Amino acid sequence: MTGNEAIAEAAIRAGCGFYAGYPITPQNELTAYMAKNMPENNRVFIQAESELAAINMVFGASAAGVRAMTSSSSPGISLKQEGISYLAGAELPAVIVNIMRGGPGLGNIAPSQSDYFQATKGGGHGDYHSIVLSPSSVEEAYGLMFDAFDLADKYRNPVMILGDGMLGQMMEPLSLKPGKVIHYPKPWALIGCQGRPANIIRSLLLKDGALEELNLKLQKKYKAAQEKEQRWEEQFTDDAEIIVVAYGGMARIIKSVIRQFRQKNKKVGLIRPISLWPFPVKAFAKQTRKKVKYLVVEMSYGQMVEDVKLAVNCSRPVEFFGRAGGAIPAEGEIIAAIKKLEK
Amino acid sequence: MDKIYAHPGSLRNTTTHYCPGCGHGIAHKLVCQVIDELAIRESVIAIAPVGCAVLAYDYWDFDCTEAAHGRALAVATAIKRVRPQNIVFTYQGDGDLAAIGTNETIHAANRGENLTVIFINNAVYGMTGGQMAPTTLAGQKTATTPLGRDVKIQGYPLKISELLTQLPGVCYVERVSLQSPTEIIKAKKAIKLAFENQINKAGFSLVEVLSPCPTYWGLSPVKSMAWIKDVMSKEFPLGRIK
Repeated sequence: MTGNEAIAEAAIRAGCGFYAGYPITPQNELTAYMAKNMPENNRVFIQAESELAAINMVFGASAAGVRAMTSSSSPGISLKQEGISYLAGAELPAVIVNIMRGGPGLGNIAPSQSDYFQATKGGGHGDYHSIVLSPSSVEEAYGLMFDAFDLADKYRNPVMILGDGMLGQMMEPLSLKPGKVIHYPKPWALIGCQGRPANIIRSLLLKDGALEELNLKLQKKYKAAQEKEQRWEEQFTDDAEIIVVAYGGMARIIKSVIRQFRQKNKKVGLIRPISLWPFPVKAFAKQTRKKVKYLVVEMSYGQMVEDVKLAVNCSRPVEFFGRAGGAIPAEGEIIAAIKKLEK
Repeated sequence: MDKIYAHPGSLRNTTTHYCPGCGHGIAHKLVCQVIDELAIRESVIAIAPVGCAVLAYDYWDFDCTEAAHGRALAVATAIKRVRPQNIVFTYQGDGDLAAIGTNETIHAANRGENLTVIFINNAVYGMTGGQMAPTTLAGQKTATTPLGRDVKIQGYPLKISELLTQLPGVCYVERVSLQSPTEIIKAKKAIKLAFENQINKAGFSLVEVLSPCPTYWGLSPVKSMAWIKDVMSKEFPLGRIK
């Protein structure tokens, strides 16, 4: 299965009842998979007239209490930001998949990680966060979709799966394990007011202090997510003198590079953030050895590197290597960047 | 003695934020009367627009959601698709439905979504201070057409209702007015038919309601009603369009 198809299959198994999307490369296989398989499973699939319509359809389905998702790629995700802000403001669960491509503008259709800021810092207007999960393999993408729907319902918040064109298009073997599916009660959902007072879904709060109150509630929720939902993978960090930090598809190349260093008994390790928001600061807090230096490698010109600097509070050297616009840092370039740090 | 008129049960007993002479109060009441008469209050899900009527849920006593500006019909589409057993309607102004949301309007109509749309046309953006709407009349002065709408520069009043009749998915379109008690009774009949169509799974129904905005028309409430009759309804003729 390709990453795109695995994500779609996992969504269906996680109980996604509604999907709306709009064509954009490199995530079209996901939409096509949903077009075929959602109706076969008595779920709703709509090809929307635009990304704006798609995310607002997700808003509607979620307001009606149904697990809902959309998927797109970078320029389309920019269009969805309005809707994601409204979802966050109205505290509606939703899953948004971004299979990133090169930007800015129409960019190209090659893999990229240039939407990190947009995904992790809010993206739309207002003080909010989406929970952002980043898979680095097809199997992990499949598993994280179950988590994405679960976290969305648990926190009543949008959750984004941040992949890249490489992951979306890549084909890997996959065992379709049953995932965790918890049914959360949704007393707030709009299903008609029979036997209860009318429910209202809103993000407009004009009364004095009401919007601040909502914001404080959201902040409390984000704080809880920061406490409980940090996820990462680490390799060889116990004795590492250089720790390379990379996520998603980029981390796969790093793993291969690190193996080469370890074969030569060079103390190089890896931290791979899986939750990009909340950022796994705990992974860095553990590294108390004084000698550690960090190298952040991204398919961007330096976005996650800012969070790594914050995580180590600038107490250790943090260097960066990245290429973007569809360019992928090559092994040789990464090896050279690590060697520079060894000096 | 028979009681022949009462406050609609699905309209909350509260004062509204609307300006004196505004048509939203009448339109809200008509919607609620119809919902009560059809006994569908407990299955209704409403979508409030962005605009003066965004707070409609403070006045309506049934399930309701906001939608981003222009996106009401995208939100409504999804709600109806996942809950076809519910009665779903949008209540949208001219800017919402015929400017920022034109795409959502046309495509929901073209898909023949089984929805009811109450389209309030008052030829102006009310909430933001009386700017030109897509339905502003030629020559009409607004905050953004201080010399009057010049059709050579700002284009013509957009007749979205007439445009929608071209789409096979559209079941029913009628333009009504709140200018007089007679027209209000006709408006109620049209709104009722638009809801009955949904109950009968007939497809997309839209009622355009010509509604007064005395504040931004610069007219008294009484003169506003006369302006609908004498001027606005000449540009936007009343009656069933499809």
